[in-house]
Amino acid sequence: MKRSINNIAFVSLLPLALLSGCNDNDSSPMEVEEVVIPEPVVYSYEVTVSNLTYGQPLSPVAVVLHDEGQFWQIGESASVALEVLAESGDNSSFLMEENVLAGQSGTGIIMPGMSETIEVSLTDNEPALLSLATMLVNTNDAFTGINAITLTNLPVGESISLTTRSYDAGTEKNSELISTIPGPASSGAGEGFNEIRDDLDMVGMHAGVVSVDDGLSTSVLTQAHKFDNPTLHITINRTN
Amino acid sequence: MKINTLMAGLTFAATALSSQAQQLDITVTNLTQGIYYTPILIGAHNADTSLFSTGEMASESLQMMAEGGDISGLSMMLSTANADVVENPAEGLLAPTMTTTTTLDTTDGNMYLSLVAMMLPTNDGFVGLDSWMIPTEAGTYTLTLNAYDAGTEANDEIINGGGSPGVAGIPAAPGGDAGTGAMGVTMNEENGYIHIHRGSLGDDDLAGGKSDLDNTVHRWLNPVARITVVVN
Repeated sequence: MKRSINNIAFVSLLPLALLSGCNDNDSSPMEVEEVVIPEPVVYSYEVTVSNLTYGQPLSPVAVVLHDEGQFWQIGESASVALEVLAESGDNSSFLMEENVLAGQSGTGIIMPGMSETIEVSLTDNEPALLSLATMLVNTNDAFTGINAITLTNLPVGESISLTTRSYDAGTEKNSELISTIPGPASSGAGEGFNEIRDDLDMVGMHAGVVSVDDGLSTSVLTQAHKFDNPTLHITINRTN
Repeated sequence: MKINTLMAGLTFAATALSSQAQQLDITVTNLTQGIYYTPILIGAHNADTSLFSTGEMASESLQMMAEGGDISGLSMMLSTANADVVENPAEGLLAPTMTTTTTLDTTDGNMYLSLVAMMLPTNDGFVGLDSWMIPTEAGTYTLTLNAYDAGTEANDEIINGGGSPGVAGIPAAPGGDAGTGAMGVTMNEENGYIHIHRGSLGDDDLAGGKSDLDNTVHRWLNPVARITVVVN
């Protein structure tokens, strides 16, 4: 029994060996001329972002592809680009950070309970990493996102799903004053970016907002603006 | 004959994997922006040992750690159980957003990793990792840790230097950013079992009010710490 299996295996391998030998011998000048410059290879990703909070609209989401670097680190000062995003929701500087190979902004605010799918792609270079950031706009300087998740070996048609937690940029004191909250909670009366750093000046996890209903009498925020982790659900789908 | 040989080989491999000594590089990051960690205790221990278990009463040694930051009792307990121990890797307080690193060589049979440190300013809050099974495969493993309440002291949120077991109050607010003169948030600790901390309340009156804590500084959301373990 065993022996016959071995024989079959041997026999079946033999023609393959012969064939491959034939191919080598048959390679002709014609085939060499058929070699053409390859089409540009495009690596594309669809990133779907869902806002899991009760009452925190999200600023337009920045999605970036990169090969190196991180966009924030616990215990380090926030970059100016991150500070601007976290205090005002303006993602333009973030999208132009030095290590960004391709960046895409969402089309607008994502309201609580809502989702948006953002497409980002890069030509001729398979990106190693993806990052994403957005501000919780009814806060002083809270943001959430993904910091350098690896895309290596993600096949076309496959996806990664995850949830994110919220961070505090550490660049603006969490006063929750009407003059400091850019989101709808202040009806447009609040300031966004201010280059003065009057807080810890180190990125950490956000402690949540206090609100007037929970003991901060000078807060413009109410119980409706409170949030807990996680704050986003994200799916990264490689489409090409 | 062949099957017996195979089984013997498997048994040997499993034994070798489960009890082998390992060399670990451990990094601990305080993820909060307003809470300090008192001296951290890390131990690799056997399956019969634990520093704490949710839903159970705190040991006296855990109470000493959670109320006053004193890790000596828990450390002695670990040593008695032949655990591999690292005491106070940050050489004092681990400030908000700061990171400390250490190494830990484990001996045969010490397959579980645990960590505790008191959170200041709290009454009896601590960050904890309870008996995480150390992977046998070399690699880098990242975990996030939650804040627990030892269930041994009422969370009155009064800073009065009280750090001994059974003494009410919070020992200190190392950031120097807390208030005084609070009336107290509560006199009761109705859940006497180790549980997930409900968070501090704080208030906006640093000269009185219910709490000596600042509600814009001393609150947190989980997770409160990150631990990265490199298994070499």
